[in-house]
Amino acid sequence: MRRLACLLLLLPAAALADERRSGSTYMSAETQAMQKDDTANPGMLWVQDGAALWSRKPAADKKACADCHGDAAASMKGVAARYPAFDAEQGRPVDLATRINLCREKHQQAAPFAAESESLLGLSAWLGLQSRGLPISPDPDPRSEPFREAGRRLYEQRMGQLNFACAQCHDDNAGKRLAGSVIPQAHPTGYPIYRLEWQGMGSLQRRLRNCMTGVRAEPFAYGAPEMVELELFLMSRAAGMTVETPGVRP
Amino acid sequence: MKFLPETVLALALLAGGAQAQVVVGDGIPQPLTETAGDPARGRAIVASRQRGLCLLCHTGPFPEERFQGNLAPTLAGAGSRSTPAQLRLRLVDPRRLNPDSIMPPYFSTEGLTRVGANWVAKTVLTAQEIEDVIAFLSTLRE
Repeated sequence: MRRLACLLLLLPAAALADERRSGSTYMSAETQAMQKDDTANPGMLWVQDGAALWSRKPAADKKACADCHGDAAASMKGVAARYPAFDAEQGRPVDLATRINLCREKHQQAAPFAAESESLLGLSAWLGLQSRGLPISPDPDPRSEPFREAGRRLYEQRMGQLNFACAQCHDDNAGKRLAGSVIPQAHPTGYPIYRLEWQGMGSLQRRLRNCMTGVRAEPFAYGAPEMVELELFLMSRAAGMTVETPGVRP
Repeated sequence: MKFLPETVLALALLAGGAQAQVVVGDGIPQPLTETAGDPARGRAIVASRQRGLCLLCHTGPFPEERFQGNLAPTLAGAGSRSTPAQLRLRLVDPRRLNPDSIMPPYFSTEGLTRVGANWVAKTVLTAQEIEDVIAFLSTLRE
């Protein structure tokens, strides 16, 4: 980002190429192929679970998601590309997983899904699929702006015993190798992702917690305001990039 | 605290039998422990992905280690480029030479944020491990 800002000062606008790269472009051809092929992409199993949940009533006398929202392909198109989004009742932006749970509690009178539960990942992946191929389009609500700025500060904040900021690796050293792994630019294009290292599906917040643990910092809790702020900033940083959900990563 | 050339800064005494770290110029001439560093132990620490973590960012003359990072300069020749005193300050707290250095402070707990519960008030390496690493790096000559 900093490097991009410098370039902006040096180059005429016409000469500017978008240097941003999705993490998937650093992957091996095999892993890229796995993501592209819906019959090989393990994330599609969660998508299928999410599709089933979309149409299933949480109880006989309750409504299913589909009873209000109808065909997800129409009603949910572009939604995941926009989140986190400002919620007037909460007085702050909420991430997609929280939005799903708020809807469950308020409109379905059902217990919220646990963070990183298969059901929540499934519904998130199902909603994400409805934005696949669309540009990431951050919430334009001006009330989100201070939270986005807080996210930027967190991104640039050194933390943990090893004293790293996200920006030091993902802006200043992206493309280089941390041990055997290329450091990607940290654009959240494919979440929730199927990560081969996890042998499972996980949210962006799970991935952020991995990095925080890696630098020996105390990770923020799932759904913590700081997590949403970081998500908000990262989505803005990736504005215009293509949603790939469900992504596969190494 | 800014690094000032030709300034002698006495730092706090640290637990674990460590000596006072006195910065002289761009180094810490005085070893942190009375026991001399062991290069063989130092090599093991440098190569360890759990202990020294060095090869996550640095490459070096470790033919048996397949995955070495390239965020930082090679460790090859470190002993020719730097004196033990200079290596000691870089390991203890590289921020004293360059506040923006991405290298972690290996023997300082000052000025850190959100340190994980397992790591609070602990340095990455012990004083003796720092000396072992210095002894090993000093053998890397070009």
